[in-house]
Amino acid sequence: MEAPLSTREIDRIEGTAIPVRGDNIDTDRIIPARFLKAITFDGLGDHVFEDDRAAMPGHPFANPAYAGARILLANENFGSGSSREHAPQALKRWGIEACVGESFAEIFRGNSLAIGLACVTAPPDAIDGLMSRVEAAPATPLALSLAGRVVEADGLRVAITVEDQVRDALLAGTWDATGLLLDDFDVVRGVASRVPYVRGF
Amino acid sequence: MGRTLLKKVWDLHTVRPLSTGQTQLFIGLHLIHEVTTPQAFDMLRSRGIGVAFPERTFATTDHIIPTLDQARPFADPLAEAMLSALERNCREFGIPLWNLDSDRQGIVHVIGPELGLTQPGMTIACGDSHTSTHGALGAVALGIGTSQVRDVLASQSLAMSPLKVRRISVDGELAAGVFAKDVVLEIIHRLGVKGGVGHAYEYGGSVIDAMSIDERLTVCNMSIEGGARVGYVNPDETTFDYLRGRPLAPAGDAFDRAVSWWRSMASDPGAGYDDVVQIDAADIEPRVTWGINPGQSVGVSGRIPSAGSNGGVAEALAFMGLAGGDPIRGTKIDVAFVGSCTNSRLSDLREAARIAKGRRVAGHVKALVVPGSQAVRAAAEAEGLDEVFRAAGFEWRGAGCSMCLAMNPDRLEGRQVCASSSNRNFKGRQGSPTGRTLLMSPAMVAAAALAGEVTDVRAVLPASAS
Ligand code: SF4
Repeated sequence: MEAPLSTREIDRIEGTAIPVRGDNIDTDRIIPARFLKAITFDGLGDHVFEDDRAAMPGHPFANPAYAGARILLANENFGSGSSREHAPQALKRWGIEACVGESFAEIFRGNSLAIGLACVTAPPDAIDGLMSRVEAAPATPLALSLAGRVVEADGLRVAITVEDQVRDALLAGTWDATGLLLDDFDVVRGVASRVPYVRGF
Repeated sequence: MGRTLLKKVWDLHTVRPLSTGQTQLFIGLHLIHEVTTPQAFDMLRSRGIGVAFPERTFATTDHIIPTLDQARPFADPLAEAMLSALERNCREFGIPLWNLDSDRQGIVHVIGPELGLTQPGMTIACGDSHTSTHGALGAVALGIGTSQVRDVLASQSLAMSPLKVRRISVDGELAAGVFAKDVVLEIIHRLGVKGGVGHAYEYGGSVIDAMSIDERLTVCNMSIEGGARVGYVNPDETTFDYLRGRPLAPAGDAFDRAVSWWRSMASDPGAGYDDVVQIDAADIEPRVTWGINPGQSVGVSGRIPSAGSNGGVAEALAFMGLAGGDPIRGTKIDVAFVGSCTNSRLSDLREAARIAKGRRVAGHVKALVVPGSQAVRAAAEAEGLDEVFRAAGFEWRGAGCSMCLAMNPDRLEGRQVCASSSNRNFKGRQGSPTGRTLLMSPAMVAAAALAGEVTDVRAVLPASAS
């Protein structure tokens, strides 16, 4: 069961990072479909990248050095494919609180925002710099500031891009949209009553 | 400047701008299924919120259902729990459910159009990325995640960021043996799997104009594989003819009024697009994927690319066990799957049956045909397609998602290679972590099933085809 409406303001995310190299890492890889056969999101964190971990012994999520990481580093089009929210849910339940990548698939980004998981982008060379640093020293502490639009890793400063609306929603704690969408429900009813197919032509 | 269909639909459905800079959009039709909704209903319950418009919400079951033995309780207790949860939630919140005992049950993206529920000018949401399919009828159809399902249940609306519109014009004439599936695989190959991020794809041009609704559904279905959130075709006479007489489409005078409104929602002739892409139909041949994303495809007469310094290609070839430089034709297959929301409609089954008729599936190949809905299954049986398939050695199954994602008993084993008419060739997609998928048109799947390997369907087309 999900906690009752409790959105929280999100600005700084601090902790170690986990680099997941590769473009177009799809949500079937983040959480294989067989783990969707459940009526809750509980326990998904244990199955993050399960098949990739089995197939690639060196996979970062199989490497104890990255246990406890809070920031995921990604390349291009991370989270492509299926719209399953189980993917960001699994990452969040594993402990990830923010993703910094070259780019993200659109539905993944929206699903992440809806659960308060920040997805921000940086240019390829900057991502590579962060990844290399973390690979060389997994214990490197990172600090991501949404307000300051920057990630810092032990002296390395990387400017991040985040859409104003995403940043504002996270900073203001309005990323859980339900309350916002129900704020003025009469207007929703008003729109319904003017749409021809709802009125029955 | 004229407006696009996307802009018209967006403006009509705008509830209000949100403080976050997004727009609150009214959702006219919400389709739900068993996989992405149980948590959404739990969130509603725990917050004490009801369903705002249960009469604009429709449910079916497709992902987890077995396609052979559908007796309840299912052999798989997890699948049983999911369908039971959907049944309970629909009952509690007053949402109609087309369950296994309904002749309206089927893959959510097959039944929406088939029932006439999907209509031009609508906003549609569903907790499934292939919701883009419904754009074939001129709707703006959005795939969403579970928290957004909760939002739509609660408020019949979504918080959306604006989309750009890319017009993709496919002109000329498709050669015999080249299908809608090949068109969309070509588009994704050219524009890339993330080429459409931030965009709606508007498909047009003489090839799209000449397509049936079934074919347009196939094209729009895979918009998401090109990164586009939404894909649509402007409504035209083909659309109106398709909808006339469908069980849940407007009837009588209301239908005529609907048609004039639908017509008005199409993009204006001078509409402004963020960009335009032209594709010549003459360049398109039957396509086959060789890699681990749907952009990694090649014409059937072509060769698998060499990795060179491209890490993505190298990873794909290693997983697929294919060698760069080899022809794709002749790649051995173990399984052939005709089905999925991309290609499981009556016309798809007809094309596959036309190839299979009077021939035999290769001895080492397991081949199955899974109709997209109970209605498709009944219509196919009325034409005797089931007999054609059975006689050729294909299994004929009940309606559902089946081996498209293998959340049910239909799945690959070990490193099997599957010629599949579905939409995703991701690692592990068809149920075995090491299983391999080659995406192609249903006719190409049938041809591969017979030959036991990837083959050019153009060589086995019956004479009447050309
Ligand atoms: S057929 Fe495949 S892609 Fe379509 S809805 Fe079912 S699982 Fe998703």
